Amino acid sequence: MIFNIPFIAVAALVLIGLYAVVFKRNLIKIVIGITLIESGVNLFLITLAYRKDSTAPIYTASPGGIMSMPVPHALTLTSIVIGVAVLALMLSLVVYIYRHYKTLDVRKIGGGEEE
Amino acid sequence: MNLETIITHSPALIVAVPLLGAFLTPLVAKINDKVRNIFVILTVGLTAFLVYLLASDVLANGIRTYVFGGGSPVIGSGESAFAIRILFEVDGMNIFMAIIASILALAGVIYSWAFMKGNTGLDKYYTLILLMIAGMFGMILTGDMFNFFVFLEITSISACALIAFWTNKGRAVDAGFKYIVISSIGALFVLFAIGILYGQYNALNMAVLANSMQYTFLDKIALVLLIAGLAMKAGIVPMHMWLPDAYGRAPSPVTLILVGTTQASLYGVLRMSFTVYGGHLTTPLKQVGDITIDLSLLLGIVIVALAIVTILIGVLMALKQTNFKRMIAFAAVGEIGYIFLAIGTAITTITNDPNTGATILTGSGEMALKGGIFHIINDALDVGLLFLVAGAIYYAAKETSLDKMGGLARNLKYTTVFFLIGLLAVSGMPPMNGFASKLMIYQSTYQINPILAIVAILCSILLLAAFVKVFHAAFLGPKLPKFTGVKEVPKSMLIAMGIIACIIIFFGLFPDFVVNNIVQPAANALADNSIYITQVIGGGL
Repeated sequence: MIFNIPFIAVAALVLIGLYAVVFKRNLIKIVIGITLIESGVNLFLITLAYRKDSTAPIYTASPGGIMSMPVPHALTLTSIVIGVAVLALMLSLVVYIYRHYKTLDVRKIGGGEEE
Repeated sequence: MNLETIITHSPALIVAVPLLGAFLTPLVAKINDKVRNIFVILTVGLTAFLVYLLASDVLANGIRTYVFGGGSPVIGSGESAFAIRILFEVDGMNIFMAIIASILALAGVIYSWAFMKGNTGLDKYYTLILLMIAGMFGMILTGDMFNFFVFLEITSISACALIAFWTNKGRAVDAGFKYIVISSIGALFVLFAIGILYGQYNALNMAVLANSMQYTFLDKIALVLLIAGLAMKAGIVPMHMWLPDAYGRAPSPVTLILVGTTQASLYGVLRMSFTVYGGHLTTPLKQVGDITIDLSLLLGIVIVALAIVTILIGVLMALKQTNFKRMIAFAAVGEIGYIFLAIGTAITTITNDPNTGATILTGSGEMALKGGIFHIINDALDVGLLFLVAGAIYYAAKETSLDKMGGLARNLKYTTVFFLIGLLAVSGMPPMNGFASKLMIYQSTYQINPILAIVAILCSILLLAAFVKVFHAAFLGPKLPKFTGVKEVPKSMLIAMGIIACIIIFFGLFPDFVVNNIVQPAANALADNSIYITQVIGGGL
């Protein structure tokens, strides 16, 4: 059971994130929802890499025994970098939207005549 | 540096050249704007030339693999050995998509020359365009799941920034935000699925995954996540709401290349369902009396149902639009529905060969698959041409609302001709290319269920009605006083439209040539995944 806690956390993070994206009306909260999903997925990759009693794969003076898988760690690092880029881009778009519409409520933006 | 060396390295170069070009563009732009534009066009032209070289080789000699960083370390030995590296794998399907991407990219940058003139921040614009092109080619050519995700994100980020390029228009930024939300969630679903697959099979290579696929419960979850994530980016109803906004509000050349990235996501759906899960499509799910319901039947029916809804919503919404670009965007949604209709029909007919046990397409399924694949290129060209025409009208008359246009045929002679070509092609009238592929789709779906073919034909007629209305509203009618000063658009825009129009007419007049030479290899590559697996794992190194 104790080893399943990370997976439960993954499911919780992804579901909370999806809830925020689908039901929240504030743009910032939607952005937070997406970063929550991303953290969930990253945690999932890290959890996949871990084996019981394993050491970090960068530890050269290893006491012996097994090491955790390095590949998911590399994937997670890449994913985090991409995530930062997406987050920065989304927030800058939010800034532009706020300048145009003076609100962050999704119901009040993007309406009216097509230009 | 002979031709063979270039072809060997071309899978990497096709991605590397635009990527390098993207980051050189701001430096080159220091000289002056003209040099920058020529540099960008040359970069994309070189990429298109490499695609052409690779295509001629792949179509003649079969699948090619490219291993980054040499052949070792290698897992396994002999027949089952493969390198634990990032692999690019190019077979008939990959190269078919690469050809589409290269045509759209080239037309897009040529069109940008005149269309974007006068905007500020063009150095960044061209950098982003080249990044988007590099990401698109990467998605198409890669054979590695995680690499696919990375290129998916590169494409999303640069496409989002380009959709919101006109930041002075609030609605463009709004469309960009919608796009980034949808595409980042879709990409995270894909990453989740990749994690599930990696956890089970300890591999990221598509061929290795396909080879060791057990089709467990977790694999089913991964399949759902992959298809849902990529379908979001491909714009299937009910995940289509970003598409009309993004297509309608981005600058026209961006929309053209965006069509290419949407098709690349579509390619992802095909690659995942046919190649990675290809060996398990005939898994029996349930026994009802004498009939076994296979996974292929269920998956096919779900896809066909979604496709029918997509076609209906796309076409009906196109009918009621008054904004030119939005209307074409809804027509594009409908066209993607046609592709999925054909693909879904093909999937329903997959069965096991009674003699060899290999998965095969039966009867009309093969025709449907060929029609669907042929329609991918036709859809990209037709919709792309219409977007360019809409951009030309916006450039010349500064007007996008159909209610306020009229009599433009007097001022824009060539543009009118290009619009007529696009109109006939998109609504599937002979002798344009849309007719050739839609006829194949009608024929094959009719044999599965006549209602599907009837809906498909009816929607084509409605599409024709919608576009004839546009033709009448925008180009015919009395001369409007406010349009007296409107002149024909500059040459670079005419050249870009001309390239696409020529290809449309060529495909329409010689559909057999196209089907036999580039569509058939693509269909073969999808229908039988064993060739892909053996070539990549065994002989590719």
